[in-house]
Amino acid sequence: MKMLKFWIVLSGIIYFFPSDQVLSSGIKDKANTEKFYEYNATKSGIWPEPTSYAGHIPVYEKFSDIEPMFHLDNDTTYIINFWATWCKPCLEELPYLEEINEKYSDEKIKVILCSLDFPKQIESKLLPFVEKKKLNSMVVVLLDGNFNDWIDKVSSEWSGAIPVTYIYNGNKKHFVDAPFHNTQELEEIIKPFTKQ
Amino acid sequence: MRRLLLISMALALVSFTGQSGKDVVSVKKTAEAKENAGVKVGEKAPYFKLKNIDGKEYSFENIMDGNGNKPKGFIVIFTCNTCPVAKANEQRIIQLHDKYASKGYPVVAIQPNDPDVVPGDSFDAMKTNAKEKGFEFLYLFDDGQEIFPKYGATKTPEVYLVDSNLTVRYHGAIDDNARDEDGVNEKFLENAIMSIEKGQEPKPATTKAVGCGIKTS
Repeated sequence: MKMLKFWIVLSGIIYFFPSDQVLSSGIKDKANTEKFYEYNATKSGIWPEPTSYAGHIPVYEKFSDIEPMFHLDNDTTYIINFWATWCKPCLEELPYLEEINEKYSDEKIKVILCSLDFPKQIESKLLPFVEKKKLNSMVVVLLDGNFNDWIDKVSSEWSGAIPVTYIYNGNKKHFVDAPFHNTQELEEIIKPFTKQ
Repeated sequence: MRRLLLISMALALVSFTGQSGKDVVSVKKTAEAKENAGVKVGEKAPYFKLKNIDGKEYSFENIMDGNGNKPKGFIVIFTCNTCPVAKANEQRIIQLHDKYASKGYPVVAIQPNDPDVVPGDSFDAMKTNAKEKGFEFLYLFDDGQEIFPKYGATKTPEVYLVDSNLTVRYHGAIDDNARDEDGVNEKFLENAIMSIEKGQEPKPATTKAVGCGIKTS
């Protein structure tokens, strides 16, 4: 058994090695988040164009419109959280995502809060909420309500409830079908993605 | 031991090439465990005897259809008062019962949330909500939260279509747009009822229900 553990650990070390190299350079300018987005957009070349905007929030009509956001091929770790203002457990974990976004703002880690709010409540509920809570993470809206057509494309492990969080960097992926109870839980998960 | 070593070496190799397939075996295991919990299509629907908002207890034995006959099937829906997705489905559930109870398929709604966690889902609140909305169907309270885990339900709303042999024939969402009735293209549950009426297997027999997680303490 000890041998098995050894090999699993070793395989883990070997596996994570290549991503260490690409993660070693981070964007240091905290204030310059706008440029960070642009950088990602040009680097990957396929940052999806929103269908429209609600205030400053990008709105995507169909999942196919937002899908490139799940396949950006660059050296950034994306933490994409599906939430809604009506979802209580989602609101409870938001501070932890915000904390990660703040704490790692000078690294290539990007938190995206993908709202699944009711289309009729984007202006009346989501916008005021984002303003009031002064959310710093990037907020986007996905209006596509035909969930059975697309949730499996995010992950076959997605049961259908929110919150869920999809974390990826290139080909490395992790899906969490549960709320986080503290910042550390999320931090543990992103560790392998961020190791220097 | 040698075999273990070989397997782990193979694992190491896969991890090294690392470009295809998924990471995080542990998450996958959890997901499988989740899927294994509860009843599957083709299996017997777990027994329950739960209190309705009228104070009487109901189980498959004493639930009748809209004409007072033994039902041809049961539309078992885990739902609640408070979840916005469940609320967005209330009219649809009312219409389902209206349309199918007389055809032999009554709606049996079960409220699985723990009122200690969600006060708006207390037994009294269920009565009030049913009265306000004019629920004609049974609205049972899963007191103690023991029944929903037997079904493996995780969300509200989540539906199980059970036939007269008490076999689960369809499990998942009511239709393909839980949030917005106007955006519905495919009525999974109604199609499933039509299939079993014709003596066929519903297609799809399983979909993913979308809604709020069931709340327990």
